[in-house]
Amino acid sequence: MPGYYDRQHLADFGKIADTSPELGKKFFDYYGSVFADGALSAREKSLIALAVAHAVQCPYCIEAYTKDCQEKGADLEQMTEALHVTVAIRGGASLVHGMQMRETAQKLGM
Amino acid sequence: MTIRAVVEDLANDRKTPRAGTSLRRRGSPLVSTAEQLRTLDAVQLEREGRRVEFDTLLGGALRPARLEIFQVNLGKLCNMTCRHCHVDAGPDRWDCVMPDEIVDQVIAAIGKTCAHAVDITGGAPELHPRFRDLIEAAVGFGKQVMDRCNLTVLLLPRNKGLVDWLAERGVEIVASLPHYRRPNTDAQRGQGVFERSVEAMRLLNAAGYGRGDPKRRLTLVSNPAGAFLGASQATAEREWRQSLQREHGVTFDRLFVLNNMPIARFLDWLQQSGNLEAYLQKLVQAFNPASVAGLMCRNTLSVGWDGRLYDCDFNQMLDLEIEGGLHISDFDEDAWHARSIVTARHCFGCTAGAGSSCGGQTA
Repeated sequence: MPGYYDRQHLADFGKIADTSPELGKKFFDYYGSVFADGALSAREKSLIALAVAHAVQCPYCIEAYTKDCQEKGADLEQMTEALHVTVAIRGGASLVHGMQMRETAQKLGM
Repeated sequence: MTIRAVVEDLANDRKTPRAGTSLRRRGSPLVSTAEQLRTLDAVQLEREGRRVEFDTLLGGALRPARLEIFQVNLGKLCNMTCRHCHVDAGPDRWDCVMPDEIVDQVIAAIGKTCAHAVDITGGAPELHPRFRDLIEAAVGFGKQVMDRCNLTVLLLPRNKGLVDWLAERGVEIVASLPHYRRPNTDAQRGQGVFERSVEAMRLLNAAGYGRGDPKRRLTLVSNPAGAFLGASQATAEREWRQSLQREHGVTFDRLFVLNNMPIARFLDWLQQSGNLEAYLQKLVQAFNPASVAGLMCRNTLSVGWDGRLYDCDFNQMLDLEIEGGLHISDFDEDAWHARSIVTARHCFGCTAGAGSSCGGQTA
């Protein structure tokens, strides 16, 4: 194996179920159901997946859901806005910890 | 009105945005349809490790159902030059425009055909001097008539009043709009096309189109802005309806979602962008046997600008004539029903995913 990430792993993902096939089948069935049209459209779910893919920084998911968003009819503006939701939450999550910093600092400071 | 006058108008038209130029103007080798077919054949296409062709995957000859749609291509003249055009249409394509005598032969054939619908396409068919004659005749024969319209053509000064004229005759407008938002539409058709398209939709809505009246039907036709397949038609229709209504206050009756065909300018784009092999392979992987029964080539006759007959508009653009090489002047419906349909690798475009035909998704 040349490195930690290999593009072919995405294409071969289904083979993960060669071992523990029952669990694999349950996972992939569930996965398929999650992304079907429901109260949210398949396009909306794909945009959420794209945002989460960037949050978990999974290159496989980023490739898969960039393509999937395009096929579901999302344009680059919509996809970029979804990404900024990731950025806002990640950034906000850091920033909100600043309240802890402030409280600690204020308690100790004069 | 003559073709010369139309061509001059188009040369002076500064309002219609254009995305590029025709392959013909660029002197591309893909002007040759033989070169296009060679390009498609040269790609290594595999499924489950074996080379595949359309016929072998289909498992036999493709046979016609009953003739329902009589499709007439009036020629390649168009006010636009979209980057994905399978016709290689444009304002410079006056070399391929249906001559008067062929229009007369087409009208005579429409009078005799069992097909219940007449589907008029191009180029922009509205630019043809005999466009209205053809519609009058078809309506007179009791046919349901469809105009495959690029929307922006309706805004040209020479077409003032055309929308009302079409509405009075109950002509369905089948209008191409790649996407319900600006970026992808303009990327494919030219900067500013989306806004012009919405303006044309407003004209259509004002004439009663797109408001649920079966005599004023406005169908939108979407296709992907890139090397990927179209979205699910039913889901996309809901999203388009909400967004176009909310953002622009325009309405339509139904949405067709088509795949892009690897022909002419889309083939050129696939090659130039390095997407050709992966796109064809994607079409093959997405081959869906359930899409075959509803393919347009099974119920549609396609008439070229010079009167030659084809199984579909895509075969027409690749010069793949109907079996036996028929002409509209000697059209024989029995021969049409007895033939096998001519196929090649581009046909994978219509059988991929949910299927793709002039009437939208087929599976």
